Amino acid sequence: MLFPFPPVPSEPPRVVVTGAGIVTALGVGWTQNAEGFRSGRQAFRPVTAFDAGRQRVRQAAEVDLPASLPPTRLTARHERRLDRAARQLLWAGVECWRQSGWEPTENLPLVLGTTSGGMTLGEEFLKQAQAVPASNRRQPTRVTHYQCQRQAMSLMEALGFTGPLTIIANACASGANSIGHAFDLIRSGRTKRVLAGGFDGLSELVFAGFNSLQAMSPTGCRPFSADRDGLGLGEGAALLALETLVSANQRGAEILGELVGYGAATDVHHLTQPHPEGEAALQSMTEACRVARIAPEQVGYINAHGTGTPLNDGAEAMAINRWAGATAPMIRVSSTKASVGHLLGAAGSVEAVICLMALRGQWLPPSATTREIDPVCRFDFVTAPREAKLDYALTNSFGFGGANASLIFRRWS
Amino acid sequence: MVVSRITIQGVGAVSPAGWSVADLLQAVSLGTALPVAPLERPARDFKLPVRRVPSPASPQAWLRQPRLRRVSPISRFATAAALEALGADAGLVGAGALRLGIVYCVMAGCVNYSSRFYQEVLNNPATASPLVFPETVFNAPASHLAALLGTTAVNYTQVGDDTAFVQGLATAAGWLLEDRVDGCLVIGAEECDWLTSDAMRLFAPETVLAEGAGAIYLKRSASGVALEAITDPQIYLGRDPRSAAIRAVQRELETLGAPTQLFDSGAAQGDPWQDWPGRRTSLRQFTGDAFCAASAWQVVAAAEALRKPSTARVSVMVAGCNHAAIGLSLIRA
Repeated sequence: MLFPFPPVPSEPPRVVVTGAGIVTALGVGWTQNAEGFRSGRQAFRPVTAFDAGRQRVRQAAEVDLPASLPPTRLTARHERRLDRAARQLLWAGVECWRQSGWEPTENLPLVLGTTSGGMTLGEEFLKQAQAVPASNRRQPTRVTHYQCQRQAMSLMEALGFTGPLTIIANACASGANSIGHAFDLIRSGRTKRVLAGGFDGLSELVFAGFNSLQAMSPTGCRPFSADRDGLGLGEGAALLALETLVSANQRGAEILGELVGYGAATDVHHLTQPHPEGEAALQSMTEACRVARIAPEQVGYINAHGTGTPLNDGAEAMAINRWAGATAPMIRVSSTKASVGHLLGAAGSVEAVICLMALRGQWLPPSATTREIDPVCRFDFVTAPREAKLDYALTNSFGFGGANASLIFRRWS
Repeated sequence: MVVSRITIQGVGAVSPAGWSVADLLQAVSLGTALPVAPLERPARDFKLPVRRVPSPASPQAWLRQPRLRRVSPISRFATAAALEALGADAGLVGAGALRLGIVYCVMAGCVNYSSRFYQEVLNNPATASPLVFPETVFNAPASHLAALLGTTAVNYTQVGDDTAFVQGLATAAGWLLEDRVDGCLVIGAEECDWLTSDAMRLFAPETVLAEGAGAIYLKRSASGVALEAITDPQIYLGRDPRSAAIRAVQRELETLGAPTQLFDSGAAQGDPWQDWPGRRTSLRQFTGDAFCAASAWQVVAAAEALRKPSTARVSVMVAGCNHAAIGLSLIRA
């Protein structure tokens, strides 16, 4: 039964990460991404996924996927039906699954975040539905695989597991919310393991949407720069294998890090603009610290939401200043959206993996495009590659509709 | 004393029958299908049968809120159902005296504005409306509702087939039992659009799509209609996956004892419930199919059925359109 829940443990179990998979425009897999983020490499280029010729901004951080998918339980026919978002999800899933050492099972919860699922298939469906002469060829397949629950089922089928599926679509906080929800499921004793993360592929509709809002930078994404003028879009996927420490130890699994805090809040200021003082961001960071039982000064690095838009970065800087108080100058902050853009529903999960990389490697990923740091930043903003000693890393994700989420990871030693 | 029972404190519904739970229940009690209206289908010379929500009898004051003036139908349905379910507690939320969570569940989502915006992009991306795009995002309705009520607590939009609404009840129960919120709205909502209707025609041409929303307001309380159990979602995998999933849900529900009444999502061939002797109601044959909204209506009707003293337990069976089946049992606390 999904409900009633089993008794809540007197002390919540510790939640550790035993697998991680990541796909961004920097590459497929942990190694390529760690090298890219550590050096602050940028991966923007002219869009090829669709015709962006009539768009105001025409660059994005597109993923180059290998020509064939990794071997899984999917048939070749099934593979051919997957869109670019589902393919990225599959690559991240296979890497995470292999690293975790998990076996096929019938009761593994899957929690995914996405904003647009298989939107490219939806776009194709609409175009063909209006085309002359009328044809329904491939339309049923588009309808089916457009829906994110079917993309998730493809992942389950590929890896050989089933279980409760939760898809959280909290705009750009979806990936962080999904990991946070998985954290809650484990800590409340409802499950010992969860596969969680987020994914989103580039699509014409969403790309044009951000262009219509003039939220995209025509000059390049420069988070927290005084002269920032917008975001860059990217695509990708990341998944984490989360389980109790007891379960990981029993299996003798390698532990990549510990998830210790999660906070979520809702900003009711405006549909697309944050409260200028970062009220909900402050609330989510404070809640994550409360759950983690740590003080802000113990956080050695913040992977900021840091989209590069004037409003987001200003509000987030205010929130970090208020949250850290007098200790703000000690807190090191960067936004990896300078490298791979804004991954929307995948952002929170990709940035969670970057935090794990930073904690394991003891380095800070720079926002190398930022030139003159906005004076509102009272914290230590990282613009060049740096070694660092850090025990805790926090990642922020804020989305349209006021969805705010913060996660805190601890170095595993 | 810590109350661990999760109870339904209010219900709300917007459906093709009207803008209230009373309208929905009256339509069901009449036992006749609601009228079907033809929906224009662009680029083809046929129309699509749908069941639309009628215009409200009187203007809704909350539509004057700046955030809600331009919203899509799905946002209006979700808001109206949520306010009906919340009742007087809406004032407590606004006053900061009640931490209110929101779990908003959809399958197709804001498809009206999504198709409209994409059409604008295809015509000329330079003139695509920046006002329409944000309304295409799945969580826009939940965001508008949170802003209207003034709640900054946790708020999830959960996407999936019809079963997502029942899973949303479990999410809400978790937040309540973890004391993250004092009350939680769980809303299922959908809106009609030719695109969704045309897509459904490819798989189930006999299905008439509908629109609207249903809302359940949950709290921890010792009295009221209580969540007794939610079964595991049974995923559609393998041969004959739907029937196998429904059978598995039925087996789980049967462990709780016989319900007085069953609210299901429609009889199907090979249905394991077909020999069940109790009272059975399939709302969708009257209302049409509206995915998460229709699941919410089932739960609303089930909760209302428990008002009768002769009804001790009701079961809800939701067989989703393409992902899973799930069951819910409600009892009077």
